[in-house]
Amino acid sequence: MRHLLAIDDLSRDELEEILELTDSMVEVSGRSIPKVPALRGRTVVSLFYEDSTRTRLSFDSAAKRLSADTMSFAVSSSSVSKGESIRDTVETIEAMGMDAIVVRHRSSGVPAQIARWTDASVVNAGDGWHQHPTQALLDAYTIRRHLGSLEGRRIAIVGDVVHSRVARSDIEAFTRLGASVVLVAPPTLLPADLSPWSVDVAEDLDSVLGEVDVCYLLRIQRERASESLFPSVREYTARFGLSAARAARLGPHALIMHPGPMNRGVEIAGDVAEHPNAVVTEQVANGVAVRMAVLFLLLGPGRLDPAPQRTTVEVEA
Amino acid sequence: MSEVVRLPERPGGDDGVDLLLRGGIVVDATGERQADVVVRGREVVAVGPDLSGDVELDIRGCVVSPGLVDLHTHLRQPGREEAETIESGSRAAALGGYTAVLAMPNTTPAIDSAAVVREVLELGRAACCDVHTAGAITVDRAGEQLAPMAEMAALGVTLFTDDGTGVQDDLLMRRAMEYGRGLDVTLAQHCEVAALSAGTCMHEGEWSARLGLPGQPAEAEELMVMRDIALARLTGARLHLLHMSTAGSVAMIAAARAGGLAVTAESAPHHFTLTDACCADYDATFKVHPPLRGERDVAAVAAGLADNTISAIATDHAPHCPEDKELPFDQAPPGMLGLEYALALAITQLVDGPAGMSLAGVLARLSWQPAAIARMERHGRPVAPGEPANLCVIDPEATWTIDASGGASRSRNVPYVGREVRGKVRHTICEGVLVVRDGEAQQ
Repeated sequence: MRHLLAIDDLSRDELEEILELTDSMVEVSGRSIPKVPALRGRTVVSLFYEDSTRTRLSFDSAAKRLSADTMSFAVSSSSVSKGESIRDTVETIEAMGMDAIVVRHRSSGVPAQIARWTDASVVNAGDGWHQHPTQALLDAYTIRRHLGSLEGRRIAIVGDVVHSRVARSDIEAFTRLGASVVLVAPPTLLPADLSPWSVDVAEDLDSVLGEVDVCYLLRIQRERASESLFPSVREYTARFGLSAARAARLGPHALIMHPGPMNRGVEIAGDVAEHPNAVVTEQVANGVAVRMAVLFLLLGPGRLDPAPQRTTVEVEA
Repeated sequence: MSEVVRLPERPGGDDGVDLLLRGGIVVDATGERQADVVVRGREVVAVGPDLSGDVELDIRGCVVSPGLVDLHTHLRQPGREEAETIESGSRAAALGGYTAVLAMPNTTPAIDSAAVVREVLELGRAACCDVHTAGAITVDRAGEQLAPMAEMAALGVTLFTDDGTGVQDDLLMRRAMEYGRGLDVTLAQHCEVAALSAGTCMHEGEWSARLGLPGQPAEAEELMVMRDIALARLTGARLHLLHMSTAGSVAMIAAARAGGLAVTAESAPHHFTLTDACCADYDATFKVHPPLRGERDVAAVAAGLADNTISAIATDHAPHCPEDKELPFDQAPPGMLGLEYALALAITQLVDGPAGMSLAGVLARLSWQPAAIARMERHGRPVAPGEPANLCVIDPEATWTIDASGGASRSRNVPYVGREVRGKVRHTICEGVLVVRDGEAQQ
């Protein structure tokens, strides 16, 4: 693996390999000193053109647990704010000898462009509406931890699919790993053409609640109402919000997931966010381990330093 | 020989040298025949067998055609001279076999007054081909107020457009057509309904879904085609539809023409060659307005050209600096180069492709039909004694591979790199001057 730009670039075997390795990284993270020297001497730079404290911290933490040196290119206070092109910025970073560049940008495709301009490994930390592959990996990992496997599972992705890089990544990852996906949204929030994916579509959340193993809620941006993508947040929540009553109709094992940050009271009711099957904070924790696995595969020596004892993962109900 | 092949300096003049094009096949609006051609001064003076001249170009195996005419060229001057100038763009045109181009008015300032028209025409006098200009329909192409069309028409402007954007306001477009009909000029439209296309950067379909890029549907073009055909019917104006890209547009144009309306249309080489799948790597070289469409639309454009529903191939040659094309896909400016590739792409896609056109059919859509649309009286004429010597010599069998250099353009946004094509321009003669010889620009 040279870069991680999109889930589409990964085969099922490669996805499984990352998830397997994530198990080891979870084990590392659970040690009293959660740090291994695997990437000592390697440098990972984060280049975030769009603010995302959560994702940036998660990557930073992942790199540090692997003993990589980390740097952050602060876009707002740097040459970029003086009009430097992305290409010039990337060539500057490369000249300093960086091994990996973790990129976030509001425009789809920027990580792919950067990958053409550098020999460093490029990790897509979210580009426009396109992809957020480590989010999909941590989502798949979280589901696997709870349900054992994605094979044959039914996963509902609810909400603003068209503007969501999380949705595009999750659809690719979940279907590749053997799950079936149903998108639940009004047609205004779906891509006009869904032919790239084999997914089902439902417009009635209530009709799918009983059949799904995972109910994945996407963040709704309130300004979408002013674009007439739905009449009002109130109507959206009434039709597609996961209320306590709807959550009660989910199967006893069914997971409630959200990429964060949550709009409580919009796509997810406040008390549902606290539901025992809501795994939102666990998603965040697994994010660090998944990103460790990704950085290790991109930059590592090919094997992880010996761990004391490989622990078996408990599969929760 | 080269010291005498340099025929009289423009404009015109006659040093008494007869240039003989020997052994070619003449193809023009009147048909095809084997014939030598002699050029003297600014005119063709003889066409026939076994002619002689002072200077001879052996063009056996080649075709002599009226020079190509591009109805849609962005020369970027004034305002964006780092991307293209009239000088560099006209050289690219000459190398592509063009003897005339129609400059689009979306410059800075826009070509929306007699003063800017004069400036462009003045700069065009030193160019490698004949430079005509379109005028803007509205002041600064802002879509709010009619530009002084009469003062531009008085300088020879025959076609008006706000190209780069469509005139959105229905009433303003009606008024432009009515006023333009009175001036006997043609209204040309960049058909794109802003409400459906704002913020989009590619065609809406499978690829926009996959790439997470905002797309515009074919209907963004088709709704304006539909409106403008209706307004042409209402006003009796002559309407020319720019860079048509969808199957639905082709069908509406066919119906309008069958109904007797004075509606013409053009399509660009990229719209019969490339699809939206080209955008898969987020290379903004493939970003263009209207956007690259799906295979069905590409086939419909080719078929529309073949049956003459679309009667002109126009390049929409749109140079942009590399740093602008390296912006994120959604921020990069739209447009791609075309002047040096149009003929070869037309032969490769439309003659050799499923549309099955003849070479003469392709030349009609590249030369005499667009010349008629823009009323360029010295271009697209038959190759006959007394006619203007605006000619190109094409080797239709030569195959070549398009490279990334961008040719004579100041820009390099070439979407066809690595593509093998058939048909090469050998010589271009503009107003009697051999401006391109053996594929090399002479000035």
